[in-house]
Amino acid sequence: MEWIQQLINGISLGSIYALIALGYTMVYGIIKLINFAHGDVFMVGSFIGFYSITVFGLGFFPALIISMTACALFGVIIERIAYKRLRNATRIAALITAIGVSLLIEYGVIYIRGAQPEAYPDVFSNKSFEFLGAQISIQSILILSVSVVLMILLQFIVHKTKTGKAMRAVSHDTEAAKLMGINVDNTISATFAIGSALAGAAGVVFGVYYTKIDPLMGVIPGVKAFIAAVLGGIGIIPGAMVGGLLLGVVETIVSALGFSLWRDAVAFVILILILIFRPSGIFGKNTREKV
Amino acid sequence: MKKSKQFWPFVVGALLIYIVVQVLITNGMLNQFYSNTLIFIAINIILAVSLHLVIGITGQFSIGHAGFLAVGAYISAIITMKLDLPFIVAIIVGGLVAAVAGLIVGIPSLRLKGDYLAIATLGFAEIIRIVFLNIDYVGGAAGMQVSKLTTWTYAFVCLFITILVIVNFTNSRHGIAAISVRENEIASDAMGINTTYYKVVAFAIGSFFAGVAGALFSHNFYIIQPGQFGFLKSFDILIFVVLGGLGSLSGAVLSAILLTVVSTYLQGYPETRMIIYSLVLIIVMLYRPKGLMGTMEITDYFKLWRTPKGGGQNGK
Repeated sequence: MEWIQQLINGISLGSIYALIALGYTMVYGIIKLINFAHGDVFMVGSFIGFYSITVFGLGFFPALIISMTACALFGVIIERIAYKRLRNATRIAALITAIGVSLLIEYGVIYIRGAQPEAYPDVFSNKSFEFLGAQISIQSILILSVSVVLMILLQFIVHKTKTGKAMRAVSHDTEAAKLMGINVDNTISATFAIGSALAGAAGVVFGVYYTKIDPLMGVIPGVKAFIAAVLGGIGIIPGAMVGGLLLGVVETIVSALGFSLWRDAVAFVILILILIFRPSGIFGKNTREKV
Repeated sequence: MKKSKQFWPFVVGALLIYIVVQVLITNGMLNQFYSNTLIFIAINIILAVSLHLVIGITGQFSIGHAGFLAVGAYISAIITMKLDLPFIVAIIVGGLVAAVAGLIVGIPSLRLKGDYLAIATLGFAEIIRIVFLNIDYVGGAAGMQVSKLTTWTYAFVCLFITILVIVNFTNSRHGIAAISVRENEIASDAMGINTTYYKVVAFAIGSFFAGVAGALFSHNFYIIQPGQFGFLKSFDILIFVVLGGLGSLSGAVLSAILLTVVSTYLQGYPETRMIIYSLVLIIVMLYRPKGLMGTMEITDYFKLWRTPKGGGQNGK
C-alpha cells in the first residue's frame, strides 16, 4: 500500500509544479519568452503568504488570495519594466534579461531579509485518515483541491471570457490580433498577471506542504516547472497540467526507490530526452520551420 | 593578413606582461593576495574567451559552461591527487575529457535552437554536477582536497595558448563558417555549410578550454566541491561575455578583468555583488543588447581613431 501513498505524494508535488508550469507556458505561448523570473515570483508569493499568516494572523484562504493578488501585480510590474522593451529584441537578449531579473529578485530578497530559511506555520490540523491503507493528510487533499479549482478557473478564463479570447488570439498571431483591435499590451500584462497569481498560489501551497521556505527556494521548482511545461508541450495549457503531475509522480517514484540524490538529475534527463526526441512535447503538434 | 599583422605585437605584449608580473611576484612586490587575484583573473579570462567562442562567434546560447569547468576541475584533481601525475598532464587531460564531455553534450543538444539549447545545456551542467555529487571517489558533497599547484606561469601560459587558438580559429575558414552560423543559420545551411559540424567543433573547443580553466581553478583553491559549479557559476561566466559584447573577444577579456576585480572587492558582500551583476545584465540588455562593445574588437577602435571620418569599414 506504500505505492498509493507515494502516488498521492507525487500528485501533491506535481500539482505544485503544474501551477507554476501554467505561468511559464502561458507567457511562452504569448511572447515566446522563457520567464526565468517565474520561479522567483513563486518564492515571493510564498513569503507574502508567510508574512500574512504570521504577522497579520490571517487564515490560509485570505493569505492565499493576498499572495495571488500581490504576485499578479508583481508579475505585471516585471513585465512592464523589464520585458516590454524587449518585444522586438533577439531571443537571447530577452533570455539574458529574464536571468538578470531572476537573480535580482533572489538577491534583492536576501538583501532585504537575509538568507535564513523560515518555517511555515501550521495552518491546518495535521489530521490524516486512512484510505486503502495509505495515510492521507488533510493537507494534501486541500492542496490538491486548491490546485484543481485554480486550474478549472484558468480554463474558464481562457475559454469563456473576453480576456481569454484575446490571449488566445495574441498567442496565435500577434500582428493579426493587433489589426483586429485587440490591445496587445494589456493582453500580455493580463497573461503575466494570471500566470504570476498562479505562481503565488503555488508558493503558499508549497509553504504549507513543505513547511520550509527560503529566498532561493524558487530556483529548483522553477526549473522543474519549466521541464513540466516542455514535457506537456510548451504553450499548451492542459499540457502544463499533465506535465506537472507526471513529473511530480516520476520524481516521487525515483525517491521512493532510494535514489533521492539523483531526483534532480532525473528531471533534467527527462527534459533532454523530450527536447531531443519530441521537442513539441506530449500534446504538441509538429510545426514546420518557415524561412 | 589580419593575423600576420597582429600576431607579433600580441606575442611581444604578452611576453612583456608575463615578465613584468613574474618579476614583481619574485621580488615580493606583489603579495599573495594580488598574485592570487591575477591568477584568478587569468582563469576567468580563459573561461570568458572559451564561452565567447560558443556564444559570441558561433551564436549558440549555452548557459551550462560551469559543467565543463567542473569536469576539468575534477578530472585534473583526480590525476594529480589520486594518480600522482604531474600538473601539466592534469591540465591537458582535464581539457581533453572536458572536450569529450562537450562532444557528448553538444552532438545531441546543438540540434536545438535558442531557448531550448540554453535550457538543455543548463540541464546537462546540472546533471554533471549531480554526478560528481554522487561519486564517493571524489568526495561527494564534502568535496575533494587539492594541493595548490597553479602558479602565475601556468595560468599565463594557458591563457596565452587559449587566446592564440581562439583568435586563429576565429580568423580561419572554420571561424568564418561559425560566424555565418551565428548570423543566419538557415542561410549558411543553404550555402552548403555543414552547420552542425561547425557548431559541435566550436562547442568542443570551448569545452576544452573550460576544462583547462577547471584544472587551474581546482589547483588554486585547495578544495573543490560540486556546489561551486552550479547555476551561479555558469551565470558568472555568461555575464563576462554578455557585458563585453556578444562577439567581441577583447570585450570578453576586458569585462572578465573588470568583473573579477569588482567581485574581489565585494567578496565580503555576496548579495551586493549579485545585485550589481543582475542589474548590469538587465541594464546592458535593455539599452545595449549587443553588449558594451558589440562585435567590435579593441583594435578596431584604434583604426577608428586613426581615420575619424571614414572609419566605417570595420564598423558593423
